[in-house]
Amino acid sequence: MKGDPKRSDLLASVKHVTLSRNRREILKDINLAIQPGRVVTVIGPNGAGKSTLVKVILGLITPSQGQLWRRPGLSVGYVPQKLNMDPVLPLSVHRLMTLTKRASRDEVHKALTETGVAQRIDSAVHGLSGGEFQRVLIARALLRRPDLLVLDEPVQGVDFVGEAALYKLISEIRDRRGCGILMVSHDLHVVMGATDWVVCLNRKICCEGEPERVIQHPEYAEMFGHQASSFAVFPHHETSHADDPLDEAVCDEPVTHGRSAL
Amino acid sequence: MILDDFFARAMLAGIGVALITGPLGCFIVWRRMAYFGDTVAHSALLGVALGFAFDVDPTLAVGGVAISISVLLAVLQQQRWVAVDTLLGILSHASLSVGLVVIGLLTWLRIDLMGYLFGDILAVTEADIYRVYIGGAVALITLVFLWRPLLAITVHEDLARAEGVKALPVRLALMILVALVIAVAMKIVGILLITALLIIPAATARRFSSSPESMALFAILIGMFSVAVGLSVSLNYDTPSGPSIVSAAALCFVLVFSSHLLTKGVRRWLNRSG
Repeated sequence: MKGDPKRSDLLASVKHVTLSRNRREILKDINLAIQPGRVVTVIGPNGAGKSTLVKVILGLITPSQGQLWRRPGLSVGYVPQKLNMDPVLPLSVHRLMTLTKRASRDEVHKALTETGVAQRIDSAVHGLSGGEFQRVLIARALLRRPDLLVLDEPVQGVDFVGEAALYKLISEIRDRRGCGILMVSHDLHVVMGATDWVVCLNRKICCEGEPERVIQHPEYAEMFGHQASSFAVFPHHETSHADDPLDEAVCDEPVTHGRSAL
Repeated sequence: MILDDFFARAMLAGIGVALITGPLGCFIVWRRMAYFGDTVAHSALLGVALGFAFDVDPTLAVGGVAISISVLLAVLQQQRWVAVDTLLGILSHASLSVGLVVIGLLTWLRIDLMGYLFGDILAVTEADIYRVYIGGAVALITLVFLWRPLLAITVHEDLARAEGVKALPVRLALMILVALVIAVAMKIVGILLITALLIIPAATARRFSSSPESMALFAILIGMFSVAVGLSVSLNYDTPSGPSIVSAAALCFVLVFSSHLLTKGVRRWLNRSG
């Protein structure tokens, strides 16, 4: 990682983490640090160990070697990769939100408002669209007032327009709450604008850096081949300057689109 | 005294069984543990056999064997050698077969095998009623305490763990609860059919429910109704009690499910023509 941030500004870090299963190395010598107010995105092909790395940082999997450090008292909000709600379990959005944390209806409503799905508070979970469901899960994570938000493939099951809106929401959450965000993604086109630091993972860290540098990295080009070159067609600055009022207005369109489809 | 009447005893015990199989059955349905329930139930026969062989109280022996099988399964789940459903199939049929072989070897033993396999209302004693209500109360209270964490790990185990739920003890406790309930309910519905009383009322209840708790409640009511109808049929037509209860439950399911399909079809038809 660029520079060596002091521990006091870190939320969590892993040092030299290696994980082996059945004599196969799933993760090899991973170093990663997450700071407040920054979005770190882990990208990589299927089977690269992205979700596994997330689970190590969440403390769900103990690494074979290396250390995991989390700031004492760190509160973490997590949106897992695959959450298939079986329709045989009747569950309302409100109930899903408060499964492990008791919260008043007001608090739940506020969290859902922040992600734009407050009107769904009493809906059945299995009636939600893909985009609504992901927004509910993010709101659910926000309910814990996280210092660190961990989002494993947050745009799955969401259409292309909805994807852009979701990534915009994620940057807004970072700006508003100042929390650190660790995100896993395999689509490069949209994620670049919403991230401060990109880590390309394929069991080991192949390359990392600011998004505009990473896309020029030869290891990155090798990892993603044609996808990487097609990405280069889109100039990065169009999506990165979210604080520019003009860009804001342009970006807003897909958001309203996404919401009207709800 | 009402308990002098064998039918009243069976009814009382059956209603007690429905009280606990309702909510527990919901978790069996939500967590797709039907095959697990079958496996533990089949192992109960081995428990009965061992109980007679070593002169231990049958409920105690059944509970012991069922809990051992549950724990064994929890441990064996960690291996990758064979898939879990294969493992369940092996344990289920092996324990049933070994149970039957042991009963066959005990040549001095004269037991009503059909009664154990399919339930027997004539066989419900006053002590059985106490067993059902004490065991059922313990199971129900435990389930109430475990309700929230159980629901959380049912939705997503890793998510629940990341949020501080201790998944392994909760999961193990549920398995033990299943074993306990099978041990107390065995006499009423029989070893081979006990899983049906767990899953059919719960699956039927889904149609009326908008929350996990209401589903548990409806499962209890449907279970009680099935017990009442099944036992009455058993009394009047001299049919085996377990199959009668399960047939009543299955009939409820078919009626509710077909009404669901029917209303769905009508709604679709109305939408198309409107």
